[in-house]
Amino acid sequence: MPKPYLVCRSDELKDGDRRVMSCDGTEVGVFKVDGQFVAWHNECPHRSGPVCQGRMYKRVLEPIDSDGHVRALAYDENVTNIVCSWHGYEFDLKTGANQGTDKIKLRKVKLEEKDGHIYVVV
Amino acid sequence: MNQPVVGVPQMLPAQVIDTSTDSREILKHARVAARRRNLQDWFVVDVDAHHVETVSWNEVVQYIEDPVIRDQAIYFHKDRIGAPPYGLNGDLGLRYQSVGGRIPHQDGLREKVDDVSVHRDVTLTRRAMDSLGVDNMVVFPTPMLFLGLHPQPEMEVWLSRAYNKWMQEKLLSADNRIKFLAVLPYNTPEEAERVVKETAGKKGIIGYAIPSTRHAPVHHNKYMRLYSMIEETGMPLSFHAGYHWDDPSLKTVNRFLGMHALGFAWPNIVHCTNWILNGMPVRFPKLKVIWIESGIAWAPFLMQRLDDQFLMRPSEAPHLKRLPSEYMRDHCWYTTQPMESNNLKALECTLDMIKADTQLLYASDWPHFDFDLPSEITDLPFLSEQTKRNILGLNAARIFNLDPTPVKQL
Repeated sequence: MPKPYLVCRSDELKDGDRRVMSCDGTEVGVFKVDGQFVAWHNECPHRSGPVCQGRMYKRVLEPIDSDGHVRALAYDENVTNIVCSWHGYEFDLKTGANQGTDKIKLRKVKLEEKDGHIYVVV
Repeated sequence: MNQPVVGVPQMLPAQVIDTSTDSREILKHARVAARRRNLQDWFVVDVDAHHVETVSWNEVVQYIEDPVIRDQAIYFHKDRIGAPPYGLNGDLGLRYQSVGGRIPHQDGLREKVDDVSVHRDVTLTRRAMDSLGVDNMVVFPTPMLFLGLHPQPEMEVWLSRAYNKWMQEKLLSADNRIKFLAVLPYNTPEEAERVVKETAGKKGIIGYAIPSTRHAPVHHNKYMRLYSMIEETGMPLSFHAGYHWDDPSLKTVNRFLGMHALGFAWPNIVHCTNWILNGMPVRFPKLKVIWIESGIAWAPFLMQRLDDQFLMRPSEAPHLKRLPSEYMRDHCWYTTQPMESNNLKALECTLDMIKADTQLLYASDWPHFDFDLPSEITDLPFLSEQTKRNILGLNAARIFNLDPTPVKQL
């Protein structure tokens, strides 16, 4: 039966912060990104790597100018990716969608914010 | 209605994995996966894992035989702090492997190691073996794999010989589970022969390695005595692939992704083509040749291409009494990694074509960015358990003459 786990006070997490934890053996990552809380299973859909313990990067873009030329890479300041440290699979931290294919997604964990505290239900 | 009991989670020790994280923590999920699949009872050999020899380069250069070169190397490392490793040529791509730090274990394993009774790399290798679920791990160098393109062939000789000796003294003597394919300074055949003579039968040395990144013709007459000597030892000869941006055929490739995808297959495709068409399997029928770190998808491509062309031009390959693909199937072995597994139907066909049941050998390539776990094999839906056991360890036990008793501690 699903059970709530107390993560921390809501105001403890600033944008870009995380808590990666084991809930009686089920590993979960809770993140604050662009003012929003999200929670994912700490298991990469690629090969079960510890995806929530990966580094975060803004998504990389390559702008094309009006002549069809490219000159430099750029960061998309609106999309934060979490990168699985095992093999580099990148996921949109807010949606869980893989950058390369929409067939691969992080597995969501139910998250509740109540009385100024964050809970995950696993 | 009762309020649900609220659990208290336990925070993981590494909130963000970086180069200082203990590799047992990095690979914790691998260990769980191995336990779930009962790999404790399976004999698993990792035919291709790596360490970063340049971390210990100031030690390695002390094994250079030439006294003048040895002194130069020692002084260089003493006086030039932060300088690149003495004598190595290297490659630009080495800076790009971790995708800008996204895959930290590729950049370095700087974890704490308390045990000073053995070399640090022994401890790191033991941690990797017990995390992945591996009984025997074959350890390869990393930047040294480019030495075949070094402008000074004598440097390949000095450094390969020094490294082979360092490896024996520091790693192989410390742990029976660590195995090694002695590195051959292949651009100088008589020196490669000397390595075979000196190392055959030495503890932990179970075969020979030719770094494939080079432009040497593997069919040249100057190598025939070397192959004959290796055939006589009964140990396998391997070609370990690697890219290099100085390869003219790859110079237009501007993304490391493309360089890695092509560059790790290309030299083995070239060498294997020459190996087969010049009849090496006919001339050395007992010589076991392993193609390492090119993945396996290239093999069916090459089999089909060579068969197609051979039947139209058999007079150009008169040694061959069978199709090239049959020699590739019966006289060659292949390591799995990086196993192309996004299309299972294609993978099944590949495994069938290369006769994976007897010819395929598991390899992790840990700690590189595209490492594979043993579960890549155990989870394949179309193989029998016996075939999985063969790929994971029993094929290696056969060709390397290893005791197939599991000894790991999962």
